[in-house]
Amino acid sequence: MDAPLAIQLTYLVSAALFILGLKRLSSPVTARRGNMLAAIGMLLAVVATLLDRAILDYTWIIVGLVAGAAVGAVMAQTVRMTAMPQMVGVFNGFGGAASGLVAAAEYLQRAPGSPSPIDADVSILAGTLIGAVTFSGSMIAFGKLQGLVSERAVTYPLQKTFNFLLLAGIVAVCTLLAVGDVDAAVYLGMVGGSLLLGVLLVIPIGGADMPVVIALLNSYSGLAASAAGFVLSNNALIISGALVGASGLILTGIMCRAMNRSLANVLFGAFGAGAVSGGAKAAIGERPVNAAEAADVAMMLAYARSVVIVPGYGLAVAQAQHKLRELADLLGKRGVQVKYAIHPVAGRMPGHMNVLLAEANVPYTQLYEPEDVNPEIPNTDVALVVGANDVVNPAARDEPGSPIYGMPIIEVDRASHSVVLKRSLSPGFAGIDNELFYRPTNMMLFGDAADSIARLIEEVKEL
Amino acid sequence: MSGTLLVGIYVFVLAMFVGFEVITKVPPTLHTPLMSGSNAISGISIVGALVIAGAGNSPVLIGIGLVAVILATINAVGGFLVTDRMLQMFKRKPDAGR
Repeated sequence: MDAPLAIQLTYLVSAALFILGLKRLSSPVTARRGNMLAAIGMLLAVVATLLDRAILDYTWIIVGLVAGAAVGAVMAQTVRMTAMPQMVGVFNGFGGAASGLVAAAEYLQRAPGSPSPIDADVSILAGTLIGAVTFSGSMIAFGKLQGLVSERAVTYPLQKTFNFLLLAGIVAVCTLLAVGDVDAAVYLGMVGGSLLLGVLLVIPIGGADMPVVIALLNSYSGLAASAAGFVLSNNALIISGALVGASGLILTGIMCRAMNRSLANVLFGAFGAGAVSGGAKAAIGERPVNAAEAADVAMMLAYARSVVIVPGYGLAVAQAQHKLRELADLLGKRGVQVKYAIHPVAGRMPGHMNVLLAEANVPYTQLYEPEDVNPEIPNTDVALVVGANDVVNPAARDEPGSPIYGMPIIEVDRASHSVVLKRSLSPGFAGIDNELFYRPTNMMLFGDAADSIARLIEEVKEL
Repeated sequence: MSGTLLVGIYVFVLAMFVGFEVITKVPPTLHTPLMSGSNAISGISIVGALVIAGAGNSPVLIGIGLVAVILATINAVGGFLVTDRMLQMFKRKPDAGR
């Protein structure tokens, strides 16, 4: 496709705007403008394409654009911040599907049986495969996050072998298609196999590992767009796809390092599939813990000099972020220094906790990373853990036999006191008991996070 | 290997490098808007979908193109709007009067 020069140059401007927009995401001050720049770039690219003389029939296009814009706008305005991971998953899937469909259309418009050039075929097949896997994988990720599909790692015998054979089979079919003549039936079979592969790859991944999966699928949707770009010889697509692909890969790497597990381990290790045997330990729930009353905890918090709050997925589930901020403000008025320690894999998506707390009006200057907070924890009077579990488990630091050993944690157990808000003593996704609960400096405040915090607020007000 | 493909590979590799450089500067606090924003950018496949849908070659292809246009538009529009909504919330100081 040789588009006129003006359109090619407009695409270049769009790509430049994408890059400038992403650059502005490096600070919360400039980030919003950056997003708008990127959106303008997208608008330019769309307008330029519509003005291209290669487009013959506008009626369906207008229908599609209007319908898509309406649906997208409604979804964006109505989604709750706690459901952001699902939303990103769904959008990801749609993007992958769109790229895959573009590749498929290119393939299917050839006459059956006609010879096809290998290099064009490679792009088309890669685009179809990646787009299909992204789509079905994202839909399963959405299902897991939304609770429609089991959040646990679903495993069955010979799972890895089957997945590997399926992938090998798909690659073999692609090679046949690339070398041989156009064959729509075989191609569609390959599409079906790719969709299946996407499902099977995401099914065995546990809920707590979702941040990695979402980041990886994000990367795939970019690669799918790039592949579509190779198919259509469209540099805007290639560049944009590469930017997004790189972004997703970087985030995936950050997540894996934050868990101290390799990507292969996350994808194929079926983490948390079964109960984990921890040697000669008492069964969970049989060792004594200090169970506290709200009044005691409130007193500790109100008279502390410094408090570190560690939020986790439980905060999102309980929708307690606003109440938490209220409590933090109350403490701040009493002269308590309050910081939030955000672990990279807390929540179900990179940056999930930050967005939740921003929604609750917590200034982002109060949010800290583990490496900034850990050195000061020994001087902290109270560490308040709300809905976080594995990221504060000292076993990751102290027990070489633990499945989470080596994962950097927030060292809450080194604070003078710690309080854990939790519904019950049941273990988190890794199925591991949390050693923090049994420390003498720790107290458990059982109950729903929102209720507990509401009680704490009442008690602190009366002091 | 055709000239266009080769240039395309150059462009892809260079863009990946640019991507790495730009994105490693994004702080963890903004990782969620980064994901939704970069995801919106991948909606650029709308351009390819528009061409397919607009070429008018056959009902099947128009249909495929139309579905692709709708999905890519949802991806792009929804992505940019949701990113904007999130970025509005990041403040240095608490709102006065809350």
